[in-house]
Amino acid sequence: MHIHISTQDGVPIYLQIVRQVKHQIASGILVSGQELPSIRDLAEKLLVNPNTVARAYRELETVGLVEKRRTAGTFVAEGLSPLARREKLRMLSERMDGLLAEAHQMRVPLSDLIDLLNQRAKAFPQNSSIQNPENHAS
Amino acid sequence: MNQPILEIRDLKRNFGKKIALDGVSLSIPTGGVFGLIGGNGAGKTTLLKHTLGLLSAQSGSVRIFGLDPVADPVGALSRIGYLSENRDLPDWMRIHQLISYTRAFYPNWDPEYAEKLRRDFELDPNAFVKTLSRGQRARAGLLVALAHRPDLLILDEPSSGLDPVVRRDILGAIIRTIADEGRTVLFSSHLLDEVERVADRIAILHQGRIQLCAPMEQVRSGHKRVQLRLSSSVSHFPPGGIWIGGEGSRHDWSMVAEAEIEAIREAVLLLNAEILSIEPMSLDDIFVARTAGKALVAGVQS
Repeated sequence: MHIHISTQDGVPIYLQIVRQVKHQIASGILVSGQELPSIRDLAEKLLVNPNTVARAYRELETVGLVEKRRTAGTFVAEGLSPLARREKLRMLSERMDGLLAEAHQMRVPLSDLIDLLNQRAKAFPQNSSIQNPENHAS
Repeated sequence: MNQPILEIRDLKRNFGKKIALDGVSLSIPTGGVFGLIGGNGAGKTTLLKHTLGLLSAQSGSVRIFGLDPVADPVGALSRIGYLSENRDLPDWMRIHQLISYTRAFYPNWDPEYAEKLRRDFELDPNAFVKTLSRGQRARAGLLVALAHRPDLLILDEPSSGLDPVVRRDILGAIIRTIADEGRTVLFSSHLLDEVERVADRIAILHQGRIQLCAPMEQVRSGHKRVQLRLSSSVSHFPPGGIWIGGEGSRHDWSMVAEAEIEAIREAVLLLNAEILSIEPMSLDDIFVARTAGKALVAGVQS
């Protein structure tokens, strides 16, 4: 499991781990039933405090994305596809919130922003796959 | 209840006319990683030397494991592993001599662990300490600090001047030490990236005083950068309240707030201002704001 930690942008480290694991589950890099590294191993690999990794795993467990198995380790939960789709939309919403905030700061009205989004989608090389999202839902 | 492993009360220390510690009080809980942050000359090394009994308190008190480290150095030091800033090791010894020499001081010395560390760190047993590179010297210092499995590991600027590979060893040693139940690490650093990675709690030491001491998460969530636009032009930002620093001019200000989001919204409402953005801050930014912020409030860019 590859995770990149940055301490430059002010995002708490546990949240970076949570987001990247979610991202990897949503995009199918991590699959149901797959075992995650132990807290200690991941902490040593990422060079972060083990409590931080433990907190990230707890958070992922609370939202049902991973499950602890007695005496074994932590595994990606079974039967995740509907949640994965919801998760994808939620992640995109987060990105859009940032976009909306920026547009607001630059005093760009929402209608212009929507026009721009449509315009960009047309210019996007893979626009056929964007218009048929169901083909790609996992 | 978690009894503090280190308790410092109103510690003061002068070197001649220079005030090194100006009434420091600090309580460090057992377990976890405590990061002591401060610029050069902030008093970090002086503070750590007091915890080891290498300096005795001019006024105030230091208790480590409930002991006075000056009155009971054996009781205190036998449970501490220490890597000094200068990694002062006997230059004339070979690595294997350094290991057997240090072992004699510690009843709990674990020879197998020492040998494992020596191999992991690629230290040649026949090499003289004085011929070691900077990085190898730090690793040798770390080996003798760790091999008796101390309850408290104290590292003074462990990574300063080291290449990234050796820095990984140091951080890895910190992480493995606390992953063993109940152990505590106290380390000083001005490399805030690594403090942010490994510390559970931090204290900022500035000009001999503790500016801030709190769990890392609280420090992180309690500071925000706020871009705001005032309805009327000012040459100085209104002082006080939640604002601990910032800069700007006239209508547009970029301020650092020590508050949660709700309190920020209220404060901005009172200023009759508009919030353009509220952003989280890295520990680096928080440190700068806490130690230099006050000077910046008076509108440097106006």
